[in-house]
Amino acid sequence: MSAAAAQANAKSRAARAKKVRQFITPEGVDLELRIASSGLRFGALLIDLILIVLALVLFSLVMLWIGFASQSDITMVVWMLGAFLLRTFWFIGFELGSRAATPGKRLMGIRVVARDGGRLTADAVVARNLIRELELFLPLMMLGVGAAEDAVSGWTMVAGVLWSLTLSLFLLFNRDRMRMGDLIAGTWVVMAQRVKLDADIATDGAGDTMIFSEAELAVYGIFELQELERVLRAKDARSMREVADTIRAKIGRPVAEEDDVFLLSYYRQLKARLERKLLFGKRREDKHASD
Amino acid sequence: MIPAAVPTRALDAPSFSTSRFRAEREADWIAFDLLLTKLEKKGAKALTSDELLQLPLLYRATLSSLSIARATSLDKALLDHLEALSIRGYFLVYGVRETRWSRIRRFFLYDWPAAVRSVWKETIIISLIILLGAITSYSLVASNPEWYYNFVGEDMAGGRDPRATAEYLQSTLGHGKAASESESGLHVFATYLFTHNSRVSILSFALGFAFGVPTMMLEFYQGIGLGAMMAVFAGKGLGFDFGGWLFIHGTTELFAAALSGAAGLRIGAAVVFPGARSRLQAAAEAGRTAGKVMVGVILMLFMAGLLEGFGRQLITDTMLRYGIGSLMLLFWIAYYYIPRREDVA
Repeated sequence: MSAAAAQANAKSRAARAKKVRQFITPEGVDLELRIASSGLRFGALLIDLILIVLALVLFSLVMLWIGFASQSDITMVVWMLGAFLLRTFWFIGFELGSRAATPGKRLMGIRVVARDGGRLTADAVVARNLIRELELFLPLMMLGVGAAEDAVSGWTMVAGVLWSLTLSLFLLFNRDRMRMGDLIAGTWVVMAQRVKLDADIATDGAGDTMIFSEAELAVYGIFELQELERVLRAKDARSMREVADTIRAKIGRPVAEEDDVFLLSYYRQLKARLERKLLFGKRREDKHASD
Repeated sequence: MIPAAVPTRALDAPSFSTSRFRAEREADWIAFDLLLTKLEKKGAKALTSDELLQLPLLYRATLSSLSIARATSLDKALLDHLEALSIRGYFLVYGVRETRWSRIRRFFLYDWPAAVRSVWKETIIISLIILLGAITSYSLVASNPEWYYNFVGEDMAGGRDPRATAEYLQSTLGHGKAASESESGLHVFATYLFTHNSRVSILSFALGFAFGVPTMMLEFYQGIGLGAMMAVFAGKGLGFDFGGWLFIHGTTELFAAALSGAAGLRIGAAVVFPGARSRLQAAAEAGRTAGKVMVGVILMLFMAGLLEGFGRQLITDTMLRYGIGSLMLLFWIAYYYIPRREDVA
């Protein structure tokens, strides 16, 4: 059972590592960018499309109102130009900004990056977004053409839609989650969330109330330490009880202290122990690794 | 007195501890975070010279903290924060090196013509393809007018087919009564043409990655429509007038169409013949050049829309139409192909 768990652990770590791309700054530090998942990409696109439609509706209403008030068809021109600009330059405009992300991408915490590590140039942004026009509308167009012309048989239409869908869903078929547009513009979409600096739970509050022996600390590795950190930061009483009970059972301690006191002391001493080992070049990934 | 506690305290706080590391450096990270937020919200202009000098220092301090933290700390929250902060900082510090205005200026003065110049081979090929399409349909329609219906759709023809009378055809060119009827809708018409043509061009560019084949087909098809139309008018002895009607905006529009096709073809060619580079890299390089060309194409089509919507409807003299069309063509050729000193910056 433990072997299976070890395998599952290693697998999930490998999956996470697969998304990490080396990205070395001129200072020689690897930023370890993580490729954004297809789900996040789709979510961002959906948000952007909704925002575009909302903006269009609002814009149309304003133009209609002005049109009725002024009795001139110049508003029609403004509307057509505005709609065109909105559709074509929504993505380009936002991605040219300093955060290289549309509102949808910002919400999802992702951004566009040049694949070669250089800066993201305007032409790359333009290229990747003009291709989007094709990716989004070709399947729709195929459907439209098929429906409009009865001469086209149903199967031809299905084939056309499938063909265009493979283009649109291109990002599902490669490791780097590149759209057709990314491929041609030489870009990537990577994670860029902001992470608040949480308090250092290894120092604040009262000192250690419990002392654990070397053997009691030797049962866990880095993975368990960081899971414990997550539970401590989330401060959910039920999961804390669960985790505390598991640890107590593992090291054979009776239930004597409050859960949070117990967990915090254990966390601090385990962290100190593992970090000391780290300084000597020994990194114990999880409890299955040798100590 | 609590003698038992003394040895454990000493053990817990060695001369290097990750908590001490954090306490010493935290101020820098917070300062860097604040500076980045200000930079993102208000731009580089809002920073004082003092802050500008601080920026690279704080950036390097954060990166060095990240390296140390990775090697010594197991605090996930700390590692994640430093990683995110470094990534954010890297892209801001190394991201934009020129102002928006100088970017635009450089685009018009150097980048746009240079990109168009660099796709000259593709431009010639696409122009020949359009011409071939036009000649093909012209000769077919001229020999047998029935062909026309295969080439030009009902809605696009608008009654301009081989069965129409010469008078009717004349009127569609803006010499007869029909010209004055629709004058009020001119700008709407111009805008419609612009947005429609832009979308077709974007499509013809975007289809380029499929080895350029769909692009060439699309451009050939554009030529077909043109040739068929020409044959109908020429058959009724209106060839010269039709030429003027087409020429005034056509030089700009067809040039733009050829360029968008050339941009698509460039990408297709890079994918098929990457040369010494990897296929991905070749596609990326071609894509960037093509991206620049495409911005230019959209601007050109905007001009063409203006000429078509306003110029053509308001100027009815055929010779004047030819004149304006030729002038535009000369302007574009001079703008793109007259050699100039490259921008060093």
